[in-house]
Amino acid sequence: MTKDGALPKGFERPTVSASPNDSSVQEKYEEVKSSSKTITLRISKFNPEKDLRTAFHAFTVPYQRWTTVLDAILEVKSHQDHSIGVRYSCRQATCGSCGMIINGKPRLACFTKISELDSDVVTVEPMNNFPLIRDLAVGFERMFSTHKRIKPYVIREDSETNPGTKEFLQSPEDVEKYIQFASCIKCGLCNSACPTMTTDSTFIGPQGLAQAYRYVADNRDQGKDERLRIIDEPHGIWRCHFAGSCSQVCPKGVDPAMGIQLLRGYLLGYRK
Amino acid sequence: MSNIIRESHIMKIHYLTALVAVGFVIIHIMIRFTHGSFANSLEFESVIANYKSIPYAIVLEAMLILISVHGFNGLRIILLELKQGNAYENAVTYGCLAAMIALIAYGSRTIIMASMGMVEA
Repeated sequence: MTKDGALPKGFERPTVSASPNDSSVQEKYEEVKSSSKTITLRISKFNPEKDLRTAFHAFTVPYQRWTTVLDAILEVKSHQDHSIGVRYSCRQATCGSCGMIINGKPRLACFTKISELDSDVVTVEPMNNFPLIRDLAVGFERMFSTHKRIKPYVIREDSETNPGTKEFLQSPEDVEKYIQFASCIKCGLCNSACPTMTTDSTFIGPQGLAQAYRYVADNRDQGKDERLRIIDEPHGIWRCHFAGSCSQVCPKGVDPAMGIQLLRGYLLGYRK
Repeated sequence: MSNIIRESHIMKIHYLTALVAVGFVIIHIMIRFTHGSFANSLEFESVIANYKSIPYAIVLEAMLILISVHGFNGLRIILLELKQGNAYENAVTYGCLAAMIALIAYGSRTIIMASMGMVEA
């Protein structure tokens, strides 16, 4: 980036942020659009309050090799259809807001480049196994309440914030046991990919179970028995069929399927 | 049901019955290959003769119990995944339990009657 904040030559983004009603801006947009490579972006549109069925609306969108699916959706939202319902925030795979099904696979829209999809048609749909709010936005209430249920915090009598206490030291080996599970951004892609969640609406899900493992494996935590009791129920850990699709789709490299198997070890008594 | 027994205990029984049943089925197949003609093994007299051998009747009874427990718990799991709700889940759990007991009772009755010579051609 140059000192005045402009992108270097050749890296300018084709998007224009002004109102599409401004005719000069619209002309500029059309010019950029005609000079770039384009894809057809098919967006699932459904408003539960007034629509009877899902409809796919197709838009032609210009893209560069760094254009993400979220960029393309926002391009359409800015210039072609303002009514598209989409949730996003950080645009850097940190907030976990923009999970959706992209060309049949659950992915983060901000973390998926159009060029890597290797397709002239990109289809975006809302995540499976979540209640639909509108178009691409789904409700996270159940996932968050399940996450809360497994007590996602270190449980112990004393606290490192009390005066006179020191921080709870851990060796690198201790940290290694759970650190990958601490990378979870609660995007819900694992729950969306889980085949059990499709049929069992009360299943805890890979997100909650992986977080349960994250705290059970943390040697600072003393709430292991409490958490194991929560997940040891008819719709808990035992309903995982080890399909492994949760681990396949995680954008942060978390392996919930492994976490679930390790957690089963505690319940079967061969892990302490 | 989850108030009476924890799901992990049920699953331990589920895994254990599967493993032990495989062992008994291997014994059963080995006996079929080593004792008498395999081709005639399903003839009425051969079947009744099997029941009259007490160790073999015990193997059959063990297989009946192990496979029933494992199978009906598997059915319960499948049905619980298909639909949820307290009334439905209780009906499935107790229904499977009742069906399992009924099958074991009926199968045991057959084994006992045949081994005691109460079934004749």
